Amino acid sequence: MESGIFHTTYQADMALRRTHAQKIRVVLLLVAVVIFPFFADRYFLNLANQVGIAIVGAIGLNILVGYTGQISLGQGGFMAVGAYTTGLLTKHFGIPWYLSIPISCFFTALVGAIFGIPSLRLKGLYLAIATIASQEIILWVVTHWNVVTGGVDALVVPNPTLFGTLMNTDFNFYWIIWACVGLTALLTVNLFRTHWGRAFIAIRDQDIAASVMGINLFRYKLLAFAVSSFFVGLAGALIAHYRTIVTWERFTIDVSVLYLAMIIIGGLGSVSGSFFGATFMTLLPAVLTNLGRALKEYIPAIDTFIPYIQQASFGLVIILFLIFEPEGLRKIWNNIKDYFRLWPFSY
Amino acid sequence: MELFIQYTLTGLTNGAILALAALGFVLIYKASDVINFAQGEFLLVGAYIIYAMIAQFGLWWPLGMTFTVIIAIGVGVTVERLVLRPMIGEPIISVIMVTIGLSSVLQSIVKMTWGSQPKEFPPFIPTDPVKILGATIGADRLWAIGIAIVMLGAFSFFFRKSREGIAMRAVADDQQAALSMGISVKRIFAWAWSIAAVTAAIAGALVANIVGVSGTISSFGLHVFPVVILGGLDSIPGAIIGGIIIGLLETYTGGYIGQGLNQVVSFIVLIIILMVRPYGLFGQQIIERV
Repeated sequence: MESGIFHTTYQADMALRRTHAQKIRVVLLLVAVVIFPFFADRYFLNLANQVGIAIVGAIGLNILVGYTGQISLGQGGFMAVGAYTTGLLTKHFGIPWYLSIPISCFFTALVGAIFGIPSLRLKGLYLAIATIASQEIILWVVTHWNVVTGGVDALVVPNPTLFGTLMNTDFNFYWIIWACVGLTALLTVNLFRTHWGRAFIAIRDQDIAASVMGINLFRYKLLAFAVSSFFVGLAGALIAHYRTIVTWERFTIDVSVLYLAMIIIGGLGSVSGSFFGATFMTLLPAVLTNLGRALKEYIPAIDTFIPYIQQASFGLVIILFLIFEPEGLRKIWNNIKDYFRLWPFSY
Repeated sequence: MELFIQYTLTGLTNGAILALAALGFVLIYKASDVINFAQGEFLLVGAYIIYAMIAQFGLWWPLGMTFTVIIAIGVGVTVERLVLRPMIGEPIISVIMVTIGLSSVLQSIVKMTWGSQPKEFPPFIPTDPVKILGATIGADRLWAIGIAIVMLGAFSFFFRKSREGIAMRAVADDQQAALSMGISVKRIFAWAWSIAAVTAAIAGALVANIVGVSGTISSFGLHVFPVVILGGLDSIPGAIIGGIIIGLLETYTGGYIGQGLNQVVSFIVLIIILMVRPYGLFGQQIIERV
């Protein structure tokens, strides 16, 4: 029976994973991620890849919304910037994908910082609306700048290869995506142990107080937008090379809403929450589709309703989570953990 | 010159519809500090209900309109009770997300009931073209302007003179103080949501009459943001003037510049306004203290 977690050295206190249980869980997760592709078929590999990309994007958004408290509905636009930048660089300048992805990340960070400028004067509702504007403006540029982006036509990106091997098969790209997931998670967890991350959190809690403490709001708000957009751009770039077809429909405001839903359902301001939320929201429509197929024998008309049921359950899940568990799946997970940790005296 | 008058008239009428949609939005914000991302879906629901009443059940239009208003009140109260009330005191992002979730649910219900194909709408307001100063415009569009003006008058009266209107302003100002004065905040919220739903239903009926019934009506929800930001989130005259300015701006850019720039010009204006006057033309400036 334990009453808490106590450390006797600073080193133990500062460690990323502080308890044995945490270390074991990380190792188990890593093992699962590594052996998964050898057993899964194409369908599940494809799903796993979608989940991975969603996790990268969700962590990126969580840096901005969950950790820095700047509500953003511009996620779709920034993903579009990442996807189109890497796609165009590869297609027109022949830059290999492993170079164009980082370049597009930095470019998205720059664009994110520019669209973050209104955040200096706005907060809360007004900022959310301003980011909708940035979403609409970016998407408009994408669909109307025909010379560069090809307008509403799909942008076809050359297949990524490495030493002559085709990389965008489900199996090969799995490793790229999940390496990015690991890297993003590690960088983000560590980011919030540094000066920058602490400043972000201070801004979230109370930005006027933060500026009184000597945090330069101008600098750190823009930095938050840039860092967040960096990872969001990475997610967009991964989509571009995985699908090799980039269309503007993939980056509408619905995408922004979807990612916001992910981090809210997963848990704001936490990396593990982004994992939970991205996985949940990516698998939900897939599960519903399969459920619909399974029920087709009994209810033949269900086919036409599946898209509507997906949309309705998307909304319902958001509403129900916000009403009954506003802290998201992460909180549920913690409750489960606590229940067993304190068993049989869990109350 | 004729072209200019034509654009001006079209812009004014578009603006009037936007203003009507914005009114409900401002009302909810004024009473409860909630931004309703489902306002476009309220319009959608209103349009489809009036379609069902007139085209499917074949009711006489004033009767159909009455039923629509009654159903809209029901929708407003239900939404407030089930979805928004648990959100009192929650952070802004939760409130935003809950209305986004609501919009998705409403949209799917409409699609499940009526399908996703656009519907032919039997116009109940005369649509014959009217000539003004050489420009031609549908009579139903002129109705939109008239209805917007009437609504503006009614709302101004409501907020200044009626008991509920004054109570609503009190709640918006300070919920705790209002509670201690014996005002039922819950009832006020229910009032605000049902009135907003009714204005949205009326606007939806107008839109249905002008452009027909289809899922695209919900896109008005997004278009309302530049309007309310320009006018100020908590100002009713602001909603009307903002609606007219944005309506004119979009029509002029669409007409003279084209390139689809009219879809995005209002958002560019929105960002500029937000940078210069974050609280809009007529909005109340809030001084923040730590």
